[in-house]
Amino acid sequence: MKEYQTITEVSGPLVFAEVDEAVGYDEMVEIETPAGETLRGQVLESSEGLVAIQVFEGTEGIDRNASVRFLGETMKMPVTEDLLGRVLDGSGNPIDGGPEIVPDERQDIVGEAINPYSREYPEAFIQTGVSGIDGMNTLVRGQKLPIFSGSGLPHNDLALQIARQASVPEEDEESDDGDDDGSEFAVIFGAMGITQEEANEFMEDFERTGALERSVVFMNLADDPAVERTVTPRLALTTAEYLAFEKDYHVLVILTDMTNYCEALREIGAAREEVPGRRGYPGYMYTDLAQLYERAGRIEGQEGSVTQIPILTMPSDDITHPIPDLTGYITEGQIIVDRSLNSQGVEPPIDVLPSLSRLMDDGIGEGLTRGDHGDVSDQLYAAYAEGEDLRDLVNIVGREALSERDNKYLDFAERFEAEFIQQGFDTNRTIEETLGVGWKLLSMLPKSELNRVDEEFIDQYYIEDESETVEASAD
Amino acid sequence: MSQATDTETVQEDGVIDSVSGPVVTATDLDARMNDVVYVGDEGLMGEVIEIEGNVTTIQVYEETSGVGPGEPVENTGDPLSVDLGPGMLDSIYDGVQRPLDALEEKMGSAFLDRGVDAPGIDLEETWEFEPKVDEGDIVEPGDVVGVVPETVTIEHKVMVPPDSEGGEVVAVESGEFTVEETVVELDTGEGISMHQEWPVRTARPAAEKRTPTEPLVTGQRIQDGLFPLAKGGTAAIPGPFGSGKTVTQQQLAKWSDADIVVYIGCGERGNEMTEVIEDFPELPDPQTGNPLMARTCLIANTSNMPVAARESCIYTGITIAEYYRDMGYDVALMADSTSRWAEAMREISSRLEEMPGEEGYPAYLAARLAEFYERAGRFELQNGGEGSISVVGAVSPPGGDFSEPVTQNTLRIVKTFWALDADLAERRHFPAINWDESYSLYRGQLDPWFTDNVAGDWPDIRQWAVDTLDEEAELQEIVQLVGKDALPEDQQLTLEVARYLREAWLQQNALHDVDTYCEPEKTYQMLGAIKTFNDEAFEALDAGVPVDEIQGVDAAPRLNRMGTAEEYDEFIDEIEADLAEQLRGLY
Repeated sequence: MKEYQTITEVSGPLVFAEVDEAVGYDEMVEIETPAGETLRGQVLESSEGLVAIQVFEGTEGIDRNASVRFLGETMKMPVTEDLLGRVLDGSGNPIDGGPEIVPDERQDIVGEAINPYSREYPEAFIQTGVSGIDGMNTLVRGQKLPIFSGSGLPHNDLALQIARQASVPEEDEESDDGDDDGSEFAVIFGAMGITQEEANEFMEDFERTGALERSVVFMNLADDPAVERTVTPRLALTTAEYLAFEKDYHVLVILTDMTNYCEALREIGAAREEVPGRRGYPGYMYTDLAQLYERAGRIEGQEGSVTQIPILTMPSDDITHPIPDLTGYITEGQIIVDRSLNSQGVEPPIDVLPSLSRLMDDGIGEGLTRGDHGDVSDQLYAAYAEGEDLRDLVNIVGREALSERDNKYLDFAERFEAEFIQQGFDTNRTIEETLGVGWKLLSMLPKSELNRVDEEFIDQYYIEDESETVEASAD
Repeated sequence: MSQATDTETVQEDGVIDSVSGPVVTATDLDARMNDVVYVGDEGLMGEVIEIEGNVTTIQVYEETSGVGPGEPVENTGDPLSVDLGPGMLDSIYDGVQRPLDALEEKMGSAFLDRGVDAPGIDLEETWEFEPKVDEGDIVEPGDVVGVVPETVTIEHKVMVPPDSEGGEVVAVESGEFTVEETVVELDTGEGISMHQEWPVRTARPAAEKRTPTEPLVTGQRIQDGLFPLAKGGTAAIPGPFGSGKTVTQQQLAKWSDADIVVYIGCGERGNEMTEVIEDFPELPDPQTGNPLMARTCLIANTSNMPVAARESCIYTGITIAEYYRDMGYDVALMADSTSRWAEAMREISSRLEEMPGEEGYPAYLAARLAEFYERAGRFELQNGGEGSISVVGAVSPPGGDFSEPVTQNTLRIVKTFWALDADLAERRHFPAINWDESYSLYRGQLDPWFTDNVAGDWPDIRQWAVDTLDEEAELQEIVQLVGKDALPEDQQLTLEVARYLREAWLQQNALHDVDTYCEPEKTYQMLGAIKTFNDEAFEALDAGVPVDEIQGVDAAPRLNRMGTAEEYDEFIDEIEADLAEQLRGLY
């Protein structure tokens, strides 16, 4: 391996070095500073005689005498089933004081696209135990469903709740023999640029609930180098793919916070003096994000699956900001955490109206959840939307000016938030329970208003005296 | 992708000079613009996009990780071309026409590896060729020399290539042949096989472009009823994410009455393409009852597949569409989404450090979009026949803001605009096509077809529906301020009628077995029933019946079930009769 002491320029996270041999694009690099520290980096651009290197740990301490070694291979993740239960840093090195990791394989972290022909369409329900998701925006195995949140909102609590409660119904049956959690479910947690305090919360929760046993944690903290953030999710996803497609796990990948990831992309783009796209983010951000998000799915003939829940905080709650916008175009829906519901104390504060799960329709219904699920969810949507609309009107004309029908919808919207969405971060509701609450609320409305529900289901589930009791209590 | 067959021209190899993502520069490469080259030791496919002195810039259609300077570049000497011939239907290709099933087999993995090539059509498979010419016939470019049963639905026509000189037929074969074997020989010595190649960036020639006069019947009420698209027309579907672009596109691909459907998934989700791959072979074609795949060609470049192949997939698709048009078929091409295509152009352009235009898009964005949509149309073919290509492009404007360059440049070209609306989608009103913002400039030229084939008063009743919806929009503004009950009774009734228009007629459930497809006759009758309610209700109102009682008749809510009624004729007749009876009974 040749060593060069030919650094010509150091700029932000980038180092430029002259070389006299061919260096491959994306190849790994080691830089040894005069102080004896070894830094790692990756080739960003390679041309005859000159390479641009992005350094993960930051370029501090590098001078023109530092020596550069090209490792001759692209970045690899050492993978093994033993990773479960381990905590790694953002570059994949163990930080939990545990034993050295002995890899089964070393896999390229860039990952290859799954051939659409080889995919299997996701249609197996994952129960998260959260009504706002299970009932209204159902998650299915192999889906990528991000949580759109804002600064100061409890998205982490929601993510932890999902990580803790997520289960696959058929697996429950298998594990009836007293096994506490389905052994086939694994959680990969990729943290990018989160604070030490947040990291502690996550770790405490993982340890408290025993979820760590079935998890692999990657931690890139806020004071870790930004460039490393571009690698962390790839390490996490490579591990996920290995566990899913070679070890048959159902893997749930939680990535937080994608906003920090995108900031890191922008930082590198700026350092390379690239032509910026919207709001300074690089023009290839869509492609880059897609290369992460698309690493979810199922493959025909394979047991395992990769399901992704990326979390992002929308800068100033703006959903049209490039990060949520591009994400929404790639992912299969979004769960929106709402500030006003949060201030009302609703836990989890999911605003179901703008939330969406694109794969829901195929993952619910007879044999998967329950026959009436689709109709109930449609009707709840419609009724809640109508109630929301009326709230604007009430502000102007007052409640007395509204008809009896309108008042019912207003009550419905109130109770929908207070009983259906509100459940606390520690309650785990089965899908039956969720639908039960749904029917209880729908029964506030007269049967003739339930135009989206099949009559057969109305006969079966409608609670007859519910509308009267509500009227009585309203008087 | 077409494999270069002529190897007699010795090509000078070049050497890679630099690599930056999908853009590679090479020196000493003797190549023309748009030539296909094989890059690096692994032979990754690429295309020449810039030549400057001794330096050639190449966009590579595969991942370039690990490729370094000094590796060779080999020129094929041919522009990016597609293989045309029987076997394209029922296939699924990537952006450079490599069959994805063949790739899976060759790579032996569910993941897409690099440096593997496969011809667009199977060169070994044999097809039953039935000649349509005799020895002594004179044939010209575009003439059909024979037919091949390609799928149960489609008869593939073997044509004299457009760039041939034509001539007299001296030998004709009949029977089983591979696509490369000569089936008809001309006196010029030219052998015609079932296989043609065509460079994707050049439109295939046709004699003349005509004005479209027939609608592309989509089976979707809002589209057929209010904003029809012509066979040979162009349409855009812009909308923010979650507003149902892809479902709308898929509905068109499933139900429109085109002979051939080319569906391009450009930079979209992998699972979505899988859904199409799994669904289409199961679903019946509404016209023939055969599997939908028998008339469909899929092109899938998902968002994580290489960006350069995303740029080319649109061209691959339209060239295949043109080939079937040349056989005299009506082709519908769905491109989902053209914004991803534009972004791929932007990405490549910025890697080339070109001067950016609006929002970083290259200055040639408008020209490329126009060029693409211009390849649609109703054509008189070289052989005197007629064929058409209808193009429906989805647009994904950032933040749902229609003022961005791709939407705006698209709107300057297309004549039908189906604007998707996040508000409607949020209310689960699907298809979430906003009736105020959408338009179709084909309405006038298609009206004769609708009056002849569906009903004489089609244009009138449609206008009534449009007027009622307009009136509702105005009234809603007032309702927002004072509440519905403060309106005069006739206006309350208009709101009620408009509500039925929206809920019973414009809404259509793509997931319901019956409602998913609505033939124009049914669209018309459903609208007629709502009109009947309107007329009878206003009669009753004039006779002094209070609006509450009118709204309360129990036949009215049954209007909502019209869409899902299988035997709609009887069902609608019955509603109309009941409506008349019950409303007249009130006075």
